[in-house]
Amino acid sequence: MQLITVAGSPSVGKTSVILQVAKLLREEGLAVGVAKFDALSSDDGHLYARHGIPVAVGLAGALCPDHYFVSNVTDCQAWGRRQGLDVLIGESAGLCNRCSPHIEGVLAICVVDALAGVHTPKKIGPMLRLADLVAITKGDIISQVEREVFAFHVRLANPGAPALFCNGLTGQGAADLVRHIRAAAPTPDLDGSRLRFSMPAAVCPYCVGETAIGETHQRGNVKKMRFADLEDSR
Amino acid sequence: MSLAELPFALLPERHPVAAEFIVALALPPAAPGASVGQWLAGLPDEALFDAGMQREQLLDHLERLVAEVRALAEATDERIDSLTLLGGRDKQGHAENRELVFHAGEIVCIVGPTGSGKSRLLADIECLAQGDTPTGRRVLVNGAEPPAERRYAPDRKLVAQLSQNMNFVVDLSVRELIEMHARCRMVADPEGMALTVIACANALTGEKFAADTSVTQLSGGQTRALMIADAALLSASPVVLIDEIENAGVDRKRALDLLVGGAKIVLISTHDPLLALRGARRLVIRNGGIAEVLDTSAAERRNLERIERLDATLMGIRERLRAGLRIEETLTWAE
Repeated sequence: MQLITVAGSPSVGKTSVILQVAKLLREEGLAVGVAKFDALSSDDGHLYARHGIPVAVGLAGALCPDHYFVSNVTDCQAWGRRQGLDVLIGESAGLCNRCSPHIEGVLAICVVDALAGVHTPKKIGPMLRLADLVAITKGDIISQVEREVFAFHVRLANPGAPALFCNGLTGQGAADLVRHIRAAAPTPDLDGSRLRFSMPAAVCPYCVGETAIGETHQRGNVKKMRFADLEDSR
Repeated sequence: MSLAELPFALLPERHPVAAEFIVALALPPAAPGASVGQWLAGLPDEALFDAGMQREQLLDHLERLVAEVRALAEATDERIDSLTLLGGRDKQGHAENRELVFHAGEIVCIVGPTGSGKSRLLADIECLAQGDTPTGRRVLVNGAEPPAERRYAPDRKLVAQLSQNMNFVVDLSVRELIEMHARCRMVADPEGMALTVIACANALTGEKFAADTSVTQLSGGQTRALMIADAALLSASPVVLIDEIENAGVDRKRALDLLVGGAKIVLISTHDPLLALRGARRLVIRNGGIAEVLDTSAAERRNLERIERLDATLMGIRERLRAGLRIEETLTWAE
């Protein structure tokens, strides 16, 4: 079974892109399933089910969906095998632009939204920089100028990785994604595999439920802002 | 000299994009005289962790960045002399049985009712279809099948698209956006190029705009004019697909002259007589297929001149309305 990770900020169009890709893969006779990771709630499970796609939904709740994804990815692989899938697509939302669920040896797709503005590719961290393939959505409603500038900035954010426009509504461009997915190396057993990059540290009192504000409550991994006016007077 | 051996201080001059990347990650600069490799080795783990990259990943990224910029700078603009469209089938599955060749500098119009398949035809050309779209059409570039890597390079697409649904969304001034585009295209003088594009756009529209106007504040006509001027002068794509140029104060004749002047192939989906009759021929779409190909006749060309005079008169009235004048004289030409 082939595993593919699809990551991107909320609302960029991951689910729409996956539905288009899954449709084409199924037309080729492949059994496709989705492991969907979300934070608080997700209706996308129904969306996949309505299209007849087997789906396992995981709600991370108070945890980062990407952290939650990694803790559950081997279980998802086992689920996919039990379902007899040929392709399992793991969908996870990078909420902070810093986490990245990409795994060594597993085809990693990052979905970015062209509407987010031409500077956005610079602001997305390892999720974009370490992806194998970049899918740019919503390119049909921005100007050709911005499309070219956006694609250029994606190229600088992840030099060498193919970046392609994919319209989640019409499916234009989905065939190119499928071509890359079909060409990907078979997925190894994930037990013992490694993430491409560590996820951010989260070991301060606020990670475990602290709500009080003030110096006395800041313990553990605390990092303080620097202010230019204070630096100058020093 | 490898990138790791290069003195860090020379980075902004040799590889400005790599230097900008390091600045954007807010990584501390190198000690005086240190090489890039020494700087990298001396970076605290915490700084790398905050930047979201490991040491090897960062060096690898910088090397790929330098290679990518070199590849971009070396890429010469492709010349397309012709596009060949090999017919597929219409919605009923009937074969189109057509082979159409479009040449550089040619305007081809596409006509047909809503839902007939005009956008599908433009989409087939846009993705350089190879029998892999619902219509089964194929598109050849300079008489040959385009290589796969050519089809899938989004920032140097062969085909630029202008459609009515497209808008500027970025929070930048006209000058900033066009300069940024010029830099992406590795133009020698981005500032000068931006001014040229803006002047050109202003020549196409009745309502002039300043270089410092925010792109999101442009009117419909100004937006279209700027998109056309940019596509003509700055876009790398030798083929331009236009999904109607609305009437909103854009000098359509000049716009087309500008586009084909750069030896581009221009395909327009339109029912505007000024545009449809300007092309050398027009493709009639019915039922998802190309039903007919009409060459613009001599009589149609004469009528085009009459329609142009009519249009100029209407434009004159529009200008007077804009200036706050009354339109009270008897319009004899409309009797």
